[in-house]
Amino acid sequence: MGWFADLLGPMKGFAVTLRQMTKPRVTTSYPHQKKVKPQRFHGRHVLNRYPDGMEKCIGCELCAGVCPARCIYVRGAENPPEAPVSPGERYGYVYEINMLRCIFCGLCVEACPTEAITMTQLFEMSVENRDDAIYTRDELLMSPDGTVPHPEPASNLIDLNELRLADGWMRATSPSGRAAYEGIPGWTPTAGVGLRPPERGQRAEAGPDGGPAE
Amino acid sequence: MSGWALLLEATIRVVGVFGMLLTATLLVVWFERKIVADMQNRVGPMRAGPYGILQTVADGVKLLFKENIMPRKAEAMLYLAAPIAAAVPAFLIFLVIPIGRPFTLGDRVINLAGTDLNIGLLYVLALSSIAVYAVVLAGWSSGSKYPLLGAVRASAQMISYEAAMGLALVPVILFTGTTSIIGIVDAQAGSVLGFLGVWNVVLIPSFLIFFIAGVAETNRAPFDLVEAESEIIGFHTEYSGFRFALFFLAEYINMFNMSALTVTLFFGGWHGPDFGTPSWISWVFPIFWFLAKTTFFLFVFVWIRASLPRIRYDQLMAFGWKRLIPISLLWLVLATVAVAVRRIGLPWA
Repeated sequence: MGWFADLLGPMKGFAVTLRQMTKPRVTTSYPHQKKVKPQRFHGRHVLNRYPDGMEKCIGCELCAGVCPARCIYVRGAENPPEAPVSPGERYGYVYEINMLRCIFCGLCVEACPTEAITMTQLFEMSVENRDDAIYTRDELLMSPDGTVPHPEPASNLIDLNELRLADGWMRATSPSGRAAYEGIPGWTPTAGVGLRPPERGQRAEAGPDGGPAE
Repeated sequence: MSGWALLLEATIRVVGVFGMLLTATLLVVWFERKIVADMQNRVGPMRAGPYGILQTVADGVKLLFKENIMPRKAEAMLYLAAPIAAAVPAFLIFLVIPIGRPFTLGDRVINLAGTDLNIGLLYVLALSSIAVYAVVLAGWSSGSKYPLLGAVRASAQMISYEAAMGLALVPVILFTGTTSIIGIVDAQAGSVLGFLGVWNVVLIPSFLIFFIAGVAETNRAPFDLVEAESEIIGFHTEYSGFRFALFFLAEYINMFNMSALTVTLFFGGWHGPDFGTPSWISWVFPIFWFLAKTTFFLFVFVWIRASLPRIRYDQLMAFGWKRLIPISLLWLVLATVAVAVRRIGLPWA
């Protein structure tokens, strides 16, 4: 009866497709439904500020140097003494990222010594011409209240909570990349968002020097 | 009847068939996309209209406004004629299929079909052969080698399966004794147990062969290597815009035609129970049964597409010539013997 089994073999496929019709659908009706993105989601960049409103970027160009896609262009300048933009000597007075070239690898975030550049969860970045794809300093720098600037904040594509999750990468990793500090609230909370509360299994208090308690 | 009345009647019939086929195509494309999506745990088209039912309209309008591109090396006349040669036979086939019970108006019996041809079945086979010309002309006149290869492949496939299809229809003619499609439907009247249709169920082997050949004839999966939009390049590669839409339209009308023909030839056409309802409502039931049965076979078409992978070209040819045609010949001999025995009795009796 081997030939009969051979004949019935392909028929099993018909049962499979019929059975699948009763299974639940896996489609997410984007943009009406949006999935919760992982905390370290590599979305578009944002330039952070200190809680007092000072910019974190010191114009060191390390992000531009490390960028494998060569999509970042930075020029630093001396801070004007009467109205400093950043706490250090210099600040980034030109900061441009070409989002058409960016591969969202996050190396700029890792390279940044002051955590000035981090990644958000925003990923809807379609533009109508190629010039608009180059994000300038104005579009990248977070507003003093801690939200990410966006050309269309009222769009139904934009989740306001995501606009406030500017430092998702930073909060998910340790400040300065030191493993001992993982999960400890950092010394540079994003303006407007405040200290991240400790998560499950993490200590709420830091040690006397700001490091781990033990 | 006067000439004008006849002209009016013919116009109504033709426009009715035309409109019905266009509406059916819109729904069939949507139906297919929805069912395939269901079988793949997706939701399918959801945007245009409720549950995406207007998706085909949107696609059609898009194709209508797209640029018509003609390759520089194309044979202009044939290149322009091929899509029409594909679409016209598809429309014409449906003219002979009755969709409901005939009614009497005055002293005339009016069939719910485009026309009652006494050679209906031959007419259907002839028109489905013309579709091969469209494929060959489209491939050849494109002036490009990929469509040409696709057209050669397609015509070989369609001619091979047409043989099996024609042979499968001979027992139907033998059993019913007519080639008029309306006659074939009439021969399937009657029921057992009061509601179970007799139909042409004894011709199940013919039905299987006809349906398989029909899937191949309409170039549907798993025999869709004619087009194979995803991998292989088919005969309409060089077509765009509305001319491509005509090929697309023809394919789906042919799919509808093939389902309707299967229902008509083997499953009683519009015959079905009308539950003893009064005559003012009972005319709805034949049309309903016809459409319901046709929809079932459309579902089978889609089901096959969702379930089976595409077969290789040599497998296609081997299956057609080495399996389907010998089986249909054998079945033809058996059917002939059965008909002869029924007519003249056993030779030793």
